[in-house]
Formats: sequence, C-alpha cells, structure tokens
Amino acid sequence: MRQDLHDLTGVTYLVGSADIAAAMPAVPALPPFDGRILDFLNAAAKVLLADREAKAYPDVVTFAFWIRGASTKKLKERFCREEGHVRLGRGVAFHIAPSNVPVNYAYSLTAGLLTGNANIVRVPSKDFPQVGIIDRALQSVLDMPEYGEMKRRVCLVRYGRDKAVNDAFSAMADTRVIWGGDATIAEVRKSPLPPRGSEVTFADRFSLAVIDADGYLAREDKDHIAQDFYNDTYLTDQNACTSPRMVIWTGGKREEAKSEFWRRLHDLVRKKYTFQSIQGVNKLTSGYLAAVSREGIRVEPHEDNLLVRVHVPALDGGIMDLKDNSGYFFEYDCNDILELAPLCDDNRCQTISYLGDKDMLRPLLAAGVRGIDRIVPIGKTMDFDLIWDGYDLVSRLTRTVAVG
Amino acid sequence: MTFEELLQIPPYSLGHEEKHALLTERLLGLTEHHLAHCPEYRRMLDSVGYDSGSISGYEDLPFLPVRLFKELSLRSVPQEDVVKTMTSSGTTGQAVSRIYLDRTTSANQQKTMVKIVSDFLGASRLPMIILDCPSVVKDRNMFSARGAGILGFSIFGARKIYALDDDMRLDVDGLRAFLEKFQGQDVLLFGFTFMVWQHFYKELVRLKEQGVTFDLSRGILIHGGGWKKLASEAVSPQEFHDRLRDVCGLDRIHDYYGMVEQTGCIYMQCECGHLHASVFSDVIMRRSLDFGVCGVGEPGIIQVVSTIPESYPGHSLLTEDEGVLLGEDDCPCGRKGKYFKINGRLKNAEIRGCSDTYAARFA
Repeated sequence: MRQDLHDLTGVTYLVGSADIAAAMPAVPALPPFDGRILDFLNAAAKVLLADREAKAYPDVVTFAFWIRGASTKKLKERFCREEGHVRLGRGVAFHIAPSNVPVNYAYSLTAGLLTGNANIVRVPSKDFPQVGIIDRALQSVLDMPEYGEMKRRVCLVRYGRDKAVNDAFSAMADTRVIWGGDATIAEVRKSPLPPRGSEVTFADRFSLAVIDADGYLAREDKDHIAQDFYNDTYLTDQNACTSPRMVIWTGGKREEAKSEFWRRLHDLVRKKYTFQSIQGVNKLTSGYLAAVSREGIRVEPHEDNLLVRVHVPALDGGIMDLKDNSGYFFEYDCNDILELAPLCDDNRCQTISYLGDKDMLRPLLAAGVRGIDRIVPIGKTMDFDLIWDGYDLVSRLTRTVAVG
Repeated sequence: MTFEELLQIPPYSLGHEEKHALLTERLLGLTEHHLAHCPEYRRMLDSVGYDSGSISGYEDLPFLPVRLFKELSLRSVPQEDVVKTMTSSGTTGQAVSRIYLDRTTSANQQKTMVKIVSDFLGASRLPMIILDCPSVVKDRNMFSARGAGILGFSIFGARKIYALDDDMRLDVDGLRAFLEKFQGQDVLLFGFTFMVWQHFYKELVRLKEQGVTFDLSRGILIHGGGWKKLASEAVSPQEFHDRLRDVCGLDRIHDYYGMVEQTGCIYMQCECGHLHASVFSDVIMRRSLDFGVCGVGEPGIIQVVSTIPESYPGHSLLTEDEGVLLGEDDCPCGRKGKYFKINGRLKNAEIRGCSDTYAARFA
C-alpha cells in the first residue's frame, strides 16, 4: 500500500510540494529532449548565468552552461538518432544525490528531465550555498507562466536518513537513481521498488591517470596541465569517483617528466589548496599501511604533506583498497600497458584520464577487463555526460515503444 | 645505558643537553631493535629510506601514527612472550589499538610510572579512593585504558576503595567510613576526568543540597583521559578545579596526559598547571604542513617518544592531539624538561567526494 506523502514527517520541499509529488504518477511522460524541457532548462541557465552570487561558484557556472540550449541541442543530436520506434520517459524518477558534492543533484535532475520524467530529487543534507542558488533559479523559472507545466515535474526534497521516506518515494518510482556509493546503495535498497521499477546505481569507484612521459615533456603548456590535473584531483579533495588515485607513467624520460609534473602541481597546490591538519597524519598512516602490505613500496621524499607520492613496484588487484585522498598518489612505472590489467579488471575501476595517445589504452579494453567506463583527457574527468559510469542514461531513464 | 640505569635518574633532574643525548642513544637503540624484530616496522622504515647514519638527534627518528596500532598487529617479540594485550577504550564499533606487552616492557611501564608519580605523591603509599566501579578491572585478559590506568595507579594506594558501584552510584556510606578511618591523613583519589565529573562531582553537589557533605581537603586527585567529553559540557580545567574545591575542599588536583600506546610514561600536571615530560619520555610538537618541529608557543601535532617499548614498535609515535610547548627546563615548579599543554584532538577532515561518509556520520 502506498503511504500518503502528506503523512511523512521530516521532509522539507525546497522546490515543489507533497501535493505535487503525490500527483506525479499521473503526469504524462515526455519523449527525450522534448522542446518544452529544453526551453525550460535554457531559461534556468539564463537566470543562473545572470545571478551575481552564482559567479562565485565555478561548479554552478559549469552546470548553467551545460543546461543552456546550445549545449542540450548538441546532446539531442548525439542521443536522438534512432528511427522506427518511440522513446518516452519511464514516468517518475526518484534520485538520491550524494551528500558531499554540492551540484551533483542538479545534474541528476537534468538527466531525469531531459529523458522526459517527473523527478523527486533528494538534495545533499549539507547546506551548500550552491544548492540554494540553483534551487532559487529553478523556482523563479517554474514561477514564470510559460513554464507552469513544468512545476509538476520537479520536487527537490531534503530529509535525514529515513527509511520511511525512502519507502514512500521508492514505492512510486518507475526508476530510481542512487548516487553516494556502496553504503548509500545498500541503505536505499532496503526500500523496495515496484515490480517494473528500474534502477541506476553509482557505486564506489576508483580512477587512474596514464601519462606518456615523452609526450608530456614535449608539451608547452605544462602549467595548464598542472591546473587541469589539479581540477581533476584537489578540487574535490581527490575523493571524487573520477579523481585519479594512481598515476601511471609510460614512455622513456619518466624521471624527468615526473619531477617537472609534480613540481608544477605542488606549486599550484601550495597556492590554492586549503590544507587540514589531520590530512598529513592520514597520508603518513596510509603510506605506512601500503609499505606493510607489499614489498618494495617506496614513499617518495616530499618537502611537505600537501603532496605525497607512493611508488608501487608491481600492480595487483588489491592495491586500490589502500588508496587515500587529499593529495596522496600511487605511482607506477609502466613498460607495457597490459600491466594495468589486474587494476582495471575490477568493476570499481571507472575513469582513466590520459595525457598522450589514447589509443595506447585500447589493448586493455581488448583484453576484456571488467572495469574502465571512461577514457578522457586529463582535465576532463569531472565533465558530466549522459553516458556516465558505464551507463547510457538516456536509454536507462526511458523506455522504448516498439512500433511495428 | 640500560633501562635499569635510566630508572636510577630522578625523573625531572636532567637539563636539555643531557636528556637529549640520553634519549637519542636509547631511542636509536630501540629503533634498531624493532627494525630487527618487527618485520612490519622494517618495511615501514624501508619505505621512507630510513638511514640511522643520518640521525643526529631523536627528533630525526621516524614516528608512527598511533592509528597504525588499530590497523595492524605490531609486535617485536614472539607471540608466546606476550603476557598482556592492552587495548584503547574505543567507542563501540570503532577499531581499538592493540598493544602487546612482554614481561620486561610491562614491568618497565610500572617502574617508570612509580618514579614519575612518586615525584608528586612522595614515596609512601596512601589510602586510595578509586573514582570508578570495580568491574572495570575485572577482565584481566583484555585491559582497557581505563582498567589499565586504575591498576597502574593502584600501586600508590595502601588501602583502596572503589567509590562507585557497578551501576556507577556513589557509595556514600563506604566513602564516609573510609574518610573517617583515615582522618587527618593525605588521601589519594584517582579517576578518569569525565567519570570524576559525572559520577563524583555531580553527586557531591546533589548530596550537598541535601545537607550531606564530605571534607576532602587532605585529598590529592590524579585524573586523566581527556577533556573532550567535558568540553562538550563546557567545563574548562579551571572550572573543574574550582568547583571540586568548592564542593569538597579538594585543592591538590593533577591532570595527566598519557595513552595506552605508551603506558608508563605519563605526563603529570604540576602545581603551576603545566604538563611535564620526565627523563623517560618526551614530546615534540610538529607542524601539520611538513612535520617540522614547532617552537615554544607554536601549536602543533604532538609526537611522543618513550624509552620503554621493547615488545612493540611504539617508542616514537605521532598522536592526533594538538599541543603547545610552553618551555623547557624553566617551569617555576622547579622540574626540568619540557612542559606543555594540550589543545585537544585534531578535527576530522571535511572531505568532498561522491561517496557518502557514513562512518564519519556515526562516529
């Protein structure tokens, strides 16, 4: 039996209401990339890009650019090529966003909207300013008469870890999207979905970077590369699923490349990163734990605790269980790309960011590894796309009507 | 110098140079000992390229984060020589430190403690009131920090009573009888800071309102275990002292700093309110950014070194506490060596990332 959403305590509707959420199962689904949705998102982008406060948050600005008409039009071109059958949103999408990334919930909502669904999104429990800015923008567009129809498609909610609430929203979900990793997935899965309900889960992952030493040394824009790598790592305390935890060096002049690369990164970290005292203790602990676990581990001499590198002499599947964050890198000298197979033959292995020729990674895919869902240039690890974590979200969040 | 010889030195008698030479020799020796007998320790030191030739003083020696003792079983003696395994009093569900003691290390812990505490209490044993319940020391196989602390200090008591029953209720009649029996004598009281406040001080306040009072003006209270819980009740060390004095006349109060990973080498608070390092151990405050050594007055992460540990590689440890060195060899109380204060625990890191942090939430 479905619980009356009005009876749930502890749920705050930041956008929408219990009435709107309760009526969602009756909202008509739309085909993906419907013009009304693209217009609505474009209007929200305009509000955000004009928002003075939003300018202080690069993640909000990036999101605003992603939902602009020009950007969604490109997505539409990429994802709407099929002929002969009809696609529609699945119906009600219930999203659980991660608690410690400010704008991820907005991307998840957008994916749900673009695919024609009505969306209930649990936003981060932490009171990020970004959430307030984005919610305000969405609300202001929803309040415009021309977008009134959209109101019934968006509910943003905040609540504690409350199974009763998860139960209620899950019971009405045609699809459920769970971010936040293994523990959150296990928690939310205690709440059953209807028999036809589908699910997309974003589990705990790890990522790697592969750098061709000679290619790097030949590049003129080394400071720019340092900035890109910084954005991939330190910007999220090197703790996003996409952040490389290990740097793998290929090519000839590795030592020269390493010293250039790390020196420039270190300079940047010193200028930009907010260091917390306990992080130094954490990295010291992690380095020693790694040293005990395997023979031949070497903690590279470091001038301070901002950047700690741990040389690993051989790769095996378990080494990533010892990963740490906030500027703690495993490092490996690679002579044959297939040496990475034990690392990548693990369905937790997500993104490989590269500097050099991406084709060097193809033999790994050809080897049939269980991991690697994305191969992107360094600096692009955080760029959200509708193909994410190995899922084509457009197909996962829609259903296909076979028309014979 | 052997540990037995070291024990002959009065605990607060050495100035900087002498103590530095002494500790460097002993701690270098312990480092070599653990390198030879603890394979995990050897791997750790190999990983950072440890070279004894480059050590000019004990501040150059590597230090292990205390958390490693929660993650690993670190021993420098065969399992059959272990006579005691001490554990830290972790909150339920949290990992606890496991510290392995052989006969020698265990005995040296106790001897060291006697030397240090006697400097404050005098040589003769005193009637002792333990401000805790008897059950906390019952299970001798698994010593918790609280149990170990009580047993450690019990050697300073001639006649002992536990002031609390196993339901943590104050034994009013027992306490009264004990105090009457030893009227006019110094009495030692020992307990953990939070227990003293919660189950002793608060009860005395309640009793006083009913007209029941106790005179503890001949009492000497030694307490430890940290201020974290009391800080959440907004009780400062000064207020702790003042209010105990007001309710029962207790005025000789010594906090101490210590940890299960270096039992024996405790840091006692002197009459001037400063924590003191004895000749058996030392503190080094380190900058979090690069682990460089802090100057006087500069807050840093506390490294502790101890001359005792032979059965486990815990002679040089990095705590997760922050402290400030107040001076060396010149405390007005007359004791030599470093004196310092504790600022509290380092904060957990606030880390961004896609995976929700359950553990931190429920810790």
